[in-house]
Amino acid sequence: MSCFKSKFADELIANAAYIGTPGKGILAADESTGTIGKRFASINVENVESNRRALRELLFTTPGALQYISGIILFEETLYQKTASGKPFVDVMKEAGVLPGIKVDKGTVELAGTNGETTTIGLDGLGDRCKKYYEAGARFAKWRAVLKIGDNEPSELAIHENAYGLARYAVICQENGLVPIVEPEILVDGSHDIEQCAYVTERVLAVCYKALSDHHVILEGTLLKPNMVTPGSDSGSKVKPEVIAEHTVRALQRTVPAAVPAVVFLSGGQSEEEATVNLNAINQLKGKKPWSLTFSYGRALQQSTLKAWGGKEENFEKAQKAFLARAKANSEATLGGYKGDAQLGEGASESLHVKDYKY
Amino acid sequence: MSCFTTKFADELIANAAYIGTPGKGILAADESTGTIGKRLASINVENVESNRRALRELLFTTPGALPCLSGVILFEETLYQKSSNGTPFVDMLKSAGVLPGIKVDKGTVELAGTNGETTTQGLDGLGDRCKKYYEAGARFAKWRAVLKIGENEPSELAIHENAYGLARYAVICQENGLVPIVEPEILVDGSHDIHKCAAVTERVLAACYKALSDHHVLLEGTLLKPNMVTPGSESAKVAPEVIAEHTVRALQRTVPAAVPAIVFLSGGQSEEEATRNLNAMNQLKTKKPWSLSFSFGRALQQSTLKTWGGKEENVKKAQEAFLVRCKANSEATLGAYKGDAKLGEGAAESLHVKDYKY
Repeated sequence: MSCFKSKFADELIANAAYIGTPGKGILAADESTGTIGKRFASINVENVESNRRALRELLFTTPGALQYISGIILFEETLYQKTASGKPFVDVMKEAGVLPGIKVDKGTVELAGTNGETTTIGLDGLGDRCKKYYEAGARFAKWRAVLKIGDNEPSELAIHENAYGLARYAVICQENGLVPIVEPEILVDGSHDIEQCAYVTERVLAVCYKALSDHHVILEGTLLKPNMVTPGSDSGSKVKPEVIAEHTVRALQRTVPAAVPAVVFLSGGQSEEEATVNLNAINQLKGKKPWSLTFSYGRALQQSTLKAWGGKEENFEKAQKAFLARAKANSEATLGGYKGDAQLGEGASESLHVKDYKY
Repeated sequence: MSCFTTKFADELIANAAYIGTPGKGILAADESTGTIGKRLASINVENVESNRRALRELLFTTPGALPCLSGVILFEETLYQKSSNGTPFVDMLKSAGVLPGIKVDKGTVELAGTNGETTTQGLDGLGDRCKKYYEAGARFAKWRAVLKIGENEPSELAIHENAYGLARYAVICQENGLVPIVEPEILVDGSHDIHKCAAVTERVLAACYKALSDHHVLLEGTLLKPNMVTPGSESAKVAPEVIAEHTVRALQRTVPAAVPAIVFLSGGQSEEEATRNLNAMNQLKTKKPWSLSFSFGRALQQSTLKTWGGKEENVKKAQEAFLVRCKANSEATLGAYKGDAKLGEGAAESLHVKDYKY
């Protein structure tokens, strides 16, 4: 059936289109308390609220960075935090033309009878939470579904459960004024080749769009956050950005309706530089691309920034420079104009792959 | 899943893209013997092989018409017929740069337990038939699935059966070198409004593309032949721009960019309506990652038939009428139709027949 009539329809459509503005993309800063703890541990910083606040302030107040960002995904705690001088983060963002977003899923649980496959939870009371987040200033949401490639994976069950969970989440968001980012991440873990990844990605995305159709989701008011199509992390083969671009765009051409305004890639385990170079190749590719192709990067935007900061006040400015460099590089990549000349911060070429990554 | 690898992949992709060449479209001349009988009866012409041959020859030899066409869908009998000077029709078409196509379905049968809903048959031995048709020169195929709008229609069952039948047909075609035209026609019959038609069209197309994905069909080597999104036949008419907007939006929401071209069916629209609506779609400013063209039967032949009346002495006049519609629709694919086609007799006449059976 066609989409339902949401009183928020015009706003959803406008916000989704805005997020896909050429030259802009999303900063995924929605690490849960547990996950940010792991990041902090890697730079010997204590996982306390003040440090979590300080990191996000560092990012959001970097001079010149927000012009490259159309939206920032936040964890619930951050939605209500303020700068050291008392200004709510959501206000900082709004003044800079950045839409605040909110992670609304509650993580994954295993599906009984499968080989470690999962589904994502968080539907209970989701409508009420979305309403609350909208009141707090959020205008888009994110829900991460996870699939893996293996001998018998992803199974029909895992694909179906994750796709229909995403669709239900999406329509609940739209009922409450939040643009849903639909994220069906197929983990890069494994020894499969790029063709196998393409095969699985196309299959998964086809199911997702069927589920969204069944649930009457307004596609013009959604965003897609997929994995790029790449060889598995253990495949032993690296391929060129142009090959990743070709397989990725073809998979999207075969599955993502033109009504979707923008595709915002996740970076998975790619290094900062890889994620930028691949996005650039995607935007340089000649072919039908009726959606913007941009970024929604977490690790791939923050890695060298984190290392430069190390939790120390005196490194603030240096860390902000590192962040600006990545934000600008990715902005250029959305225009196919990245020349590979971003000053590589420490760790920018470092793979960020963690096997079977749990957020 | 992703598509399977067929040895015909490159050819399928090239042929499908060619059919969508701007300025060109498809003539659907695949009326079965029974159906063409009804047409001939309406102009008092006997339904015998020589008359069927003569009509098709009239169309295919119209000076200046074939450049407006990228493909012609044929009924099996016609695939093996020749012009009066002995040239096989398929050769005539090929030398004019027109791909021969072939209707491969075997009509509809009712689905038990539904309110007159149908499924399409023809899968048995389809692979062998496709091989044969390819050898005879065919390069694309057509299979018509039919759905209707009603209180409880189309049902989940009808949508599923028709979508999965189309998908199975499509992959068998591709295995044998024929580009499948995927045709999920939602009949215009009914008193529903345009919004209802849009909702149903979107639901049906979403099911179709899910089925095609499940069956590993190579989308770049397919064509879609949908209905335009319009009010029901018993409901008030709307402007071409409104039809264009609803139609293109429905396609944006369901048809992947990998599909090279969409070739609309004309349903019960008059010749002039069909052309104007197609023109409005091509003028619309919005995302359209596929060509938007025509695959018209009645809407290309109506005035030609009336003018011919089965008489040798009318052939030239009838050919002129046919050329007028070909050119008008060619212009419409470019959004350039000025509405100035010399209206032949019957061009503005609605071609709607309730619950039309081909």
